[in-house]
Amino acid sequence: MNALPKTPGALEPIGATGSGRANAATLLPCGDSGILAELETLDQVLALFRALSEPPAGVLDVVPAARTILVTFDPERLELTAVQNWLRSAEPVEAALADGPLVPIEVSYTGPDLAEVAQYLNLTVEQVVELHTSSEWTAAFTGFAPGFAYLVTSHEKLRVPRRNTPRTSIPAGSVALGGEFSAIYPTSSPAGWQLIGHTAAVLWDASKSEAAGSPALITPGARVRFRAV
Amino acid sequence: MTARVVSTGPLALVQDLGRPGAAALGLGPGGALDRAALVAANALVANPASSAGLEIVFGGFALEFNEPAVFAVTGAVGEVLIDGVPRPQRTAHSVAAGTRLTIAAASAGLRYYLAIAGGIEAPTLLGSRSRDILAAMGPEPLQAGQLLSFGSDHQESARPEVFRDPPRPDRRLSLRVTPGPRRDWFVDGAWSQLLSQEWAISADSNRIGARLLGRPLEFSRSGQLPSEGMVTGALQVPPSGLPTIFLADHPVTGGYPVIAVVRKADIDLLGQAQPGQTLRFLAS
Repeated sequence: MNALPKTPGALEPIGATGSGRANAATLLPCGDSGILAELETLDQVLALFRALSEPPAGVLDVVPAARTILVTFDPERLELTAVQNWLRSAEPVEAALADGPLVPIEVSYTGPDLAEVAQYLNLTVEQVVELHTSSEWTAAFTGFAPGFAYLVTSHEKLRVPRRNTPRTSIPAGSVALGGEFSAIYPTSSPAGWQLIGHTAAVLWDASKSEAAGSPALITPGARVRFRAV
Repeated sequence: MTARVVSTGPLALVQDLGRPGAAALGLGPGGALDRAALVAANALVANPASSAGLEIVFGGFALEFNEPAVFAVTGAVGEVLIDGVPRPQRTAHSVAAGTRLTIAAASAGLRYYLAIAGGIEAPTLLGSRSRDILAAMGPEPLQAGQLLSFGSDHQESARPEVFRDPPRPDRRLSLRVTPGPRRDWFVDGAWSQLLSQEWAISADSNRIGARLLGRPLEFSRSGQLPSEGMVTGALQVPPSGLPTIFLADHPVTGGYPVIAVVRKADIDLLGQAQPGQTLRFLAS
């Protein structure tokens, strides 16, 4: 499978053409037990993700992200072509981002990358903090680590690149910017994003049973407001 | 039934076959890095394949049984001693209360798997007893002096065991890869460079990923990729150009491009690669 492209470096999307396509996704190879479906916008991702709520047996996980949905499967139970056909035939389901609960987060804006972020954006540190606290953020999807939510807002004034070399360990509660997102690291972990502050909020509480709500403080659809302390 | 941990070595963790399907909560698949070795150890003592065992990094581990027990050691190759007497790996040993099991430094491979008949008992999280070091979830790393409970898992009839030798540290390891989703983010020569050069496993490696040392791969674009879902075995390449191969405790999503993915069948070998182990990638 996955014959090499003739031109080195060129990418041959799998199933980019062909009949039975019901959505705009381009399917990219991702090993012998994964397929990455790529879309143009986050809205398209969320619409296709809603259509994938009943995967065939053998699908292990469906992971939405900013422009992609990763499907992992057990190649001993399900063939690659069956997963491709399932993805191609899914009809996107349009819906608004859920108007979820408001989660206030208190932040001490003392992150090691705050000055560099301000410099990159041609802003003062105060202006970065003002923008971060005055914007309403929405959790588009989760991932990276338990309780880690990718927060989006209506403007791109705080869009910054990730760090060139990821830090191998950062403290839990670090508030960060990366690409079009803001986020809070729930646990100490490696991190490639720019750290602008710190919160004492508990993002993940495993002692909360699955029946008594989510162990995650911020779930998809929730709205987040940051406040400087 | 219980056993007392006498010494842990660098790191000893409770592991089973993990918790696939929890990506929506931000949890990676987790589980034993050398899955086949854990399955074989469980088979030797007639445990279900899903029973929890211990994943013991490099050795320096000792345990004293408080009750009679049946156990087996697989994975890394090294000296296994019962009350100070060397005994073979890859076979079930039946021992009396008070017996001490010692596992010495590995001469090949990196992770031993110890299965005890009836399985290690520990609370489950999302159906698994695996410790996930990125999420810091599941049973805490073992501590000297702690009591381990075992023995409540249902016994199975005998199954065939399949053993695979761990890579020898002095021999180059070969791993089969297929192109990843972001091969077009690299210069034309990067794919052949990936395949032609020798890489080495960095000492920074852990259950999250195996970091590689070698000549950096070059990107053909300078932009950034939006974070996207990551598979176990993905060769994710940060701007340094040196890939990290994601292992069981990898983050669910990541933002650096994936040039290639290691075949599922070869991923266990990475769990046994010692720091400094050299390797080559083969296109498959």
